[in-house]
Amino acid sequence: MAETVLMRNFDRANSHTLDVYRAAGGYGAWDKAGTMEPAAITEEVKKSNLRGLGGAGFPTGMKWSFIPKGHTGPVYLVVNADEGEPGTFKDRYLLERDPHALIEGMLITARAIRSALGFVYVRGEYVQPWRVFSAAVKEAYAAGLLGNGFDIVVHRGAGAYICGEETGLLSSLEGKKGWPKIKPPFPAIKGAFGQPTIVNNVETLACVPPIISRGAEWFAGLGTKTQGGTRMYSVSGRVKRPAVYEASVSITLRHLIERAGGVSGTGRLKAVVPGGGSAAILTADEIDVTMDVDGLKVAGSMIGSAGVIVMDESVSIPEALLVLARFYAHESCGQCTPCRESTGWIYKMVHRVVDGHGHKDDLDTILDVAKRGGGTTICAFYDGAIGPYISYIEKFRPEFEALIGT
Amino acid sequence: MTEPLNTGSGAPRASNRPPTERAGLTSPGTTTGLAAPATTVIAFSGAQLEEVQRLQSLYPDPRGALLPVLHLAQETFGWISLPVEEYVAGLFALSPAHVHEVVTFYTLYFQQPTGRHIVAVCHNLSCHLAGSRDILAHVKRRLGIEVGQTTDDGRITLQSVECLCACEAAPMAQVDDRYELNLTPARVDRILEGLR
Repeated sequence: MAETVLMRNFDRANSHTLDVYRAAGGYGAWDKAGTMEPAAITEEVKKSNLRGLGGAGFPTGMKWSFIPKGHTGPVYLVVNADEGEPGTFKDRYLLERDPHALIEGMLITARAIRSALGFVYVRGEYVQPWRVFSAAVKEAYAAGLLGNGFDIVVHRGAGAYICGEETGLLSSLEGKKGWPKIKPPFPAIKGAFGQPTIVNNVETLACVPPIISRGAEWFAGLGTKTQGGTRMYSVSGRVKRPAVYEASVSITLRHLIERAGGVSGTGRLKAVVPGGGSAAILTADEIDVTMDVDGLKVAGSMIGSAGVIVMDESVSIPEALLVLARFYAHESCGQCTPCRESTGWIYKMVHRVVDGHGHKDDLDTILDVAKRGGGTTICAFYDGAIGPYISYIEKFRPEFEALIGT
Repeated sequence: MTEPLNTGSGAPRASNRPPTERAGLTSPGTTTGLAAPATTVIAFSGAQLEEVQRLQSLYPDPRGALLPVLHLAQETFGWISLPVEEYVAGLFALSPAHVHEVVTFYTLYFQQPTGRHIVAVCHNLSCHLAGSRDILAHVKRRLGIEVGQTTDDGRITLQSVECLCACEAAPMAQVDDRYELNLTPARVDRILEGLR
């Protein structure tokens, strides 16, 4: 079994408090980072092969290095704690059980990118995580860890999946509706309040203190050739022990399902969503993939936020797609026509197929609409919706056709 | 017994959008017993106004505090009426239209009075696989209301919402500030009885 890095403190009593975090060696990495040049910190993170764990999987150290050299104005660090991808719940655990790991990761990152102000955008529904994290920030101020060159503002969202998209998040942080912005300019050049900004996921930043303490080589060695470390897999659906599991990113999906106690319900696997609702579905024959960014890409899906949703043979795939189609129709921000219109119409079409009123050419129409829309919108939301539309229908077409009849 | 998947009407709506159960509360349902907002004076206390200034000072542009101040307004006034939007707009020197655009974008700001408690049942994939349809049907039967409605006594507003990211404990619901996990009909009954 892989080493426990991110969840190392979860089982300690009062793991959310500064005293307990310190007693377990917490803020040692921050002390060490204080002796390092900012560029050396970024270099170490680059060498660790840490890749963003929020969804896109972009190399973290490389992202940090995009802050314009010679920029003399403010630089902001924004933490994406707007967890909302269906099937994902890892960041909630980190915020509640190890909030100081995030604060320490932010301190080190802020030093690397020369930022004096950080924002943590917590989804509005996460009231308890928001309270626990805010209390930890207060403790860190009282202990002088914050307020001496780096400040943290904890910002509560107000309910909108699209604010998990980094530029939608920045719009929301600026007091606007959460409409994504056209890139370029990328946030590292022109982000929050028009200034260079690094947006990182909670779990990504929680990896930073261990990388600094134990070294890039150690972290890189935990993973695959192209992605270092372990990560937290949220496993839910039809498994015997749904929970968050930490494992090397080289673990296979088959092994991960075994760790979660195996398939429940009928006990026979039908399909798995490997990386949150927006990931293309995998059939029972496709689970010998490694759960890293590149492994899932080769398998035609994506690791995304590593939310694994398991379906046994009794699950109706058309109904599962209907649940997701409703989600995308509800959460489309409405800015781009292809996304706004397609998510609404596809929801209606999947609905009538499931209701037994489908037309003979509905499935081909959905596939046609989905395939035309890819890459035509400002953000990746619609590209994410397309993954399920296409894969559910193409991989389980007879099940849909049975509902339509001939 | 399994309820139909769609939580709104049986067939897709004429409009090209799914029912906005959370944001909308569009069907007024039975709102008897709810306080009429017209009689309420819309103004923050002195301490609250200081809090507004503190929040505004945290951001490079004070407008960044709009979401937190709207949260404060909703806690204070119960929901975000048009007069509340105008009041908040004044605190930011923004047009009321800008505040309206923000309020209507997010699901957690209520544009109509709600019950004293909000019960929001998750209906996304993991909860669906764990039987959330039956849980929602049970809540509806117990309360005698549909999604988006409020009980006659003004006690509970029912919502059906997207993933709340507690899939390891599906089916689940958010009840006011709390997550209620691993729901069963019996557990739902105990929770509902506890809401006064």
